[in-house]
Amino acid sequence: MNIWLNFIIESLAFGATFMYGSTGEIITEKAGHLNLGIPGVMCMGGAGGCLVLNMIGKSGLPGPVIVILGILGALAMAMLMGLIYSFLTVTLRANQNVTGLALTTFGAGLMKVIMSKMDSTVYLIGPKMLYRWPFADRTDALQGLGVLFFLAVFIAIASSWVLFRTKVGLHLRAVGENPGSADAVGINVTKYKYLASCIGSGIAGLGGFYYIIDYMASQEAYLSLEIFGWLSIALVIFALWRPHMTILGSTVFGFLFSCSSQIANIEGITVTMAAKPLLKMLPYVFTIAVLIITSIRNKRENQPPASLGLSYFREER
Amino acid sequence: MTSSKINKAHEPLFHLSKRDGIAFWKAWLIRIAAVALGLAVCGLVAYLFSDKLRTGKKTLEDFYYCFIKGAFGTERKLWKFLKNMAVLQCISLAVTPAFRMRFWNIGAEGQTLMGVWGAIAVAFYLGGKVPEWLLLIIMFAAALVCSAVWAVIPALFKARWNTNETLFTLMMNYVATYVVSYFLVVWVPSGSSALGKLKYGKLPPLPFGNQYLLIILISLAMTVLLYIYLRHSKHGYEISVVGESERTARYSGMNVGKVIIRTMVVSGLLCGLAGYLIGAGLDQSVNTESVGGQGFTAIMVSWLAKFNPLVMLLTAGLVSLLNSGAAQISQDLNVSGAFPDVIVGIILFFIIGSEFFINYRIVMSRKGHAGKEVLK
Repeated sequence: MNIWLNFIIESLAFGATFMYGSTGEIITEKAGHLNLGIPGVMCMGGAGGCLVLNMIGKSGLPGPVIVILGILGALAMAMLMGLIYSFLTVTLRANQNVTGLALTTFGAGLMKVIMSKMDSTVYLIGPKMLYRWPFADRTDALQGLGVLFFLAVFIAIASSWVLFRTKVGLHLRAVGENPGSADAVGINVTKYKYLASCIGSGIAGLGGFYYIIDYMASQEAYLSLEIFGWLSIALVIFALWRPHMTILGSTVFGFLFSCSSQIANIEGITVTMAAKPLLKMLPYVFTIAVLIITSIRNKRENQPPASLGLSYFREER
Repeated sequence: MTSSKINKAHEPLFHLSKRDGIAFWKAWLIRIAAVALGLAVCGLVAYLFSDKLRTGKKTLEDFYYCFIKGAFGTERKLWKFLKNMAVLQCISLAVTPAFRMRFWNIGAEGQTLMGVWGAIAVAFYLGGKVPEWLLLIIMFAAALVCSAVWAVIPALFKARWNTNETLFTLMMNYVATYVVSYFLVVWVPSGSSALGKLKYGKLPPLPFGNQYLLIILISLAMTVLLYIYLRHSKHGYEISVVGESERTARYSGMNVGKVIIRTMVVSGLLCGLAGYLIGAGLDQSVNTESVGGQGFTAIMVSWLAKFNPLVMLLTAGLVSLLNSGAAQISQDLNVSGAFPDVIVGIILFFIIGSEFFINYRIVMSRKGHAGKEVLK
C-alpha cells in the first residue's frame, strides 16, 4: 500500500481516541459545563471495559456479545464518573474546574489501581482480535481500523446531527448559552445538564477503552492514557465545538503525534531526536492559535458556549 | 379539594435557600464531617483492592494509622512531609491572586515547570563559569522571568481580546512540557533524556536545622506577604473588585486589563519562586515530571481555602498528609502506587460536596403548607 495512505490510516486510527474524548467533551460543554475530568473519565472508561472483559474474556461467549458487553462496560463506568461530576456541579453547584480536576486525579489513579490487578492474558489477548473486525486478518495499516473506530466516526457525525439539526440539540445549546432564558421557556435545565454530562462522559470513556484494547493493545497502554484526555480537551477548541470537525482534527492531531515515530519510515525525510518533542508540541500550539484567532475574529458561531464554566443558580437569576 | 390534591402532587419534599452566613464552628463541623465520611469511603475502597486487608493480615486500624505513620512516623518523614507541603503551599499561593479576580488560571503546572527549567538552564550553561552565589542569583532571576512570561501570555490575550483563559493556560502546560523535553534531548547527548543532578547551583541549606528548613521558611514568609498584599494593599483591593464585578471595576475607573496583566505577573513570579525552590533547592535537575501534577493540586488547595493564604496552610497540609499517608498505605498494604491519587480524589469529592451544605440550607416542607397558601 502507498506509504502516505498508510500514514493517514494510521493517524485516523490513533485519532479515534481523541475523537471519542472530544465528542464527549463537546456535548458536555454545549450544556455549559467545562469538564476537566475528561482524562479521568477516559481512564475509567478503559478500566470499566477491561473489567468486563476480564470477567468474560475466556468464557467462550460468541464474539459479538463479548464486543458489545465490553463496550457497555466502558460506557457504564464512564457514565458513572459523569454522574459524580454532574451531581457535584449541577446539584451541589460546585466549582466546575475544581470538580473536574479532582475527577481526573481520582479516575486516573483508580484506573491504575484496577488495571494493575488484572490479567492481560484474559482481558486483552483474546478479545483484542474481536475488536479488530472487519479487518482483523489484514497485515497492513487497515487492521488498525476496527469496530470501535467506525463507532467513533458514527458517534461524531450523529452528535453533530443531534446538536445542530434536532430540537433536543437546540435546547441543549440554549442551556449552554443562557440557562436562565432556557429555564424561562420551560426547558428542564437540570435534566439537560445531567444528561449531557453523563452521555458525554460515556462517549469519552469509549475513547479510553479503544486506546487500551484496540489502538495500543498492550499491557502498558493504560499508563500513557491520561495525556490523551488533555489532548481531547484541546481538540474541542480546534474543532470549534463541532463534533463532526473532530474527525478532521483528530486526524491532524494523530498525524502530528504519531509522525514523530512514523516519519522515520519515509524516505527523504529525516527527523532528529530533538524534533520529536517539537512535533508533539504542535497540536497544542495549533490549538492556542485557533483559540486566539477565534477570539480576535469574535464570530459568534465559533465561540465557546456563553455560560461555559458557570454554575446555574435558579434563585440568583 | 381537587386543587389541594394537585398542589400536594407538586409540592417538593424540601427546598433550598441560600444561607446569609454560617457560624464559624458550624462550617468547620460540616467540613470535618465531610473528611471523616470521605475517609470511611477510602477505607471501603482500600478493602476492595488490598488483599492484605481482605485476608485479615492487616486491619482497618492499620489502614488509618498509616496516615499518621506516613507523615509523622519518623523525623525524616516529618521533614519530608513539611517540605512537600511547603512546595505545594508555594504553588497554591501562586494561583491565588488570579483566582481572586476570577481569572481561571489552570496553568500553574506549566508556569512552575518553566521556572524549574529556567533555573536549571542557567545552571547548565553557566555552572562553574561564574561564582556560585552569582549563579544562584541569576538562576533565581531566570526562574522568575520564565514563569512570569509563561503566565503573562494568556493574560495579554485575555485583557486585549477576552480569549478564554482557562483553555489557554491549560494548553500552555503542555507546551511547557514539550519545551522541557526538547531541551532534555539537546542537553543529554546519550539520548536517555534523563538529566542527572547538576554539580552547580544548589541552594545551600541554613547553617542550622534541617536541610528543608529554608524552603519551609520561605514558603511561610510568602504566605504572610501574600496575605498582606491581598488584604491590605491597593492592588489586592483592585483584584477583589475585578473578581466581584468587572463592570463595577470599570465604572470606578480601574483599568481592568492592567489589573489582569499585573496580577498574572504576580502569579507567574510566585510560580517562578516555587520552580526555583524545586530546581535549585531540591532536584538540581529538571524533567517533564518535575512539578508532578502539583500545579493542578494547587488549584484545588487554593479553592478549598477560599483563596485565603493563611487557611491554605491547613488545606495544603491536609492534601500533603493524605498523599504521604496514602503512599505509606500503598507500601504497607500492597496496593498500586497510584493509590494516593484515589484517596485524594475521594476526600476532595467530599469536601467539594460539603461546600454546598455550608452555602445552602435545606428546608423541609411542612405538611399542608402549600394547601394553606391556596386557601388564602
